[in-house]
Amino acid sequence: MTLTHGPQLQPDPPYRAPAYRSSERRAPSAPLVPLPLGPTERAGPLFGHQTITPADADLTRQHPGEPLGERINVSGRLLDDRGRGIAGQLIEIWQANAAGRYTHPVDQHRAPLDPNFTGAGRCLTGPDGSYRFVTIKPGAYPWRNHPNAWRPAHIHFSVFGRMFTERLVTQMYFPGDPLIEHDAIATSITDPAALARLVASFDWETTEEEWALGYRFDVVVGGHLATPVEGPA
Amino acid sequence: MSAPSIPLPSPSQTVGPYLSIGMAWLNCPDLVDTGRPDAITVTGRVLDADGLPVPDAVLELWQADQSGRFPTAGADPDTSPPGWSGWGRCPTDADGGYHFTTVVPGPVDDRQAPHADLSVFMRGLLQRLVTRIYFPPRAGVAGADRWLPPSDDPVVAGVPAERTGTLVARPSADGYRFDVHLGGDAETVFFAW
Repeated sequence: MTLTHGPQLQPDPPYRAPAYRSSERRAPSAPLVPLPLGPTERAGPLFGHQTITPADADLTRQHPGEPLGERINVSGRLLDDRGRGIAGQLIEIWQANAAGRYTHPVDQHRAPLDPNFTGAGRCLTGPDGSYRFVTIKPGAYPWRNHPNAWRPAHIHFSVFGRMFTERLVTQMYFPGDPLIEHDAIATSITDPAALARLVASFDWETTEEEWALGYRFDVVVGGHLATPVEGPA
Repeated sequence: MSAPSIPLPSPSQTVGPYLSIGMAWLNCPDLVDTGRPDAITVTGRVLDADGLPVPDAVLELWQADQSGRFPTAGADPDTSPPGWSGWGRCPTDADGGYHFTTVVPGPVDDRQAPHADLSVFMRGLLQRLVTRIYFPPRAGVAGADRWLPPSDDPVVAGVPAERTGTLVARPSADGYRFDVHLGGDAETVFFAW
């Protein structure tokens, strides 16, 4: 008898992923304990009282000048695991600039900072769970996980569902990126079909003529931290 | 005709080392006004498996108000603390320390002892960790003698006996202390559902 995860219920990577070095000292060793869901887990925070303006969703207009790089529209829907849009919830994103550098003191990659790009955005989802950001395509960047390690271009997404159990932080990747299959963080997701769900699709509909390429990326919350079920060996 | 397609969940990924770029704007360690008479502090540290401080974590607290209600489930604006959201976010400092100001949550139902849910995010964690902070009765707090002790809580009862202590905050001068141990002998109990 082994413990298995239903692929549909438990899409998430394991805490301990040997290829991702930082997980070793931070992953818990003991098994997770089942928590019977109660009122605390079936509720979740409401957002909207914070000051969120349309400018917060346009990362290309947060400074006097325009950032360098390839302008992109990133849009999609926040959905629950029954396919229903989640309205009025908070999505936060952060990313590197076009050269692959973050505006963060810890990031010492020898690539230029862009004075016109911070790389942070946020918005509340619309009535059907839809969201839209305007930003620039982030660059790949090196990290010290292993020799010659490079992270594929990605945008960090932090989302809230309706319930505490639906809280999710993930990353959006770009289609056709040759680095994804070599990335220790992306491939910590052992189910290739699940990893594929983190790759945005290029989208003509949101591509604007002589202005910006469009990418679509839906975020589906549900099933996270679902208790492993016993399966046959 | 094919069945309507049900979307499959998006897998989790780590927040990485640069989480503050996107998340710091909403740091709100004070869930209530710090001058409120029933305000308490919840402080502690986040430590890795070697006992070393984790300086780049973000903690999110989620709890009922002092009446046991949530904003999404009929909180009474007349009795909830002003601006009450039930939610707080605090990054750890260089020493792994964090600090929330809140109220002791009331009973959310007839069976559970006062508790808050805590989410832990950091580089190295491919998905968040979830634990609970239990608030044992504390001397000098009105009505604390009526609180259900953590030992009578059904969730605590499901935890191996030798580990239940990791879920219970320790009373301090102005509130409670609660450390998060990612590993080691005192590894905190983390939950799934």
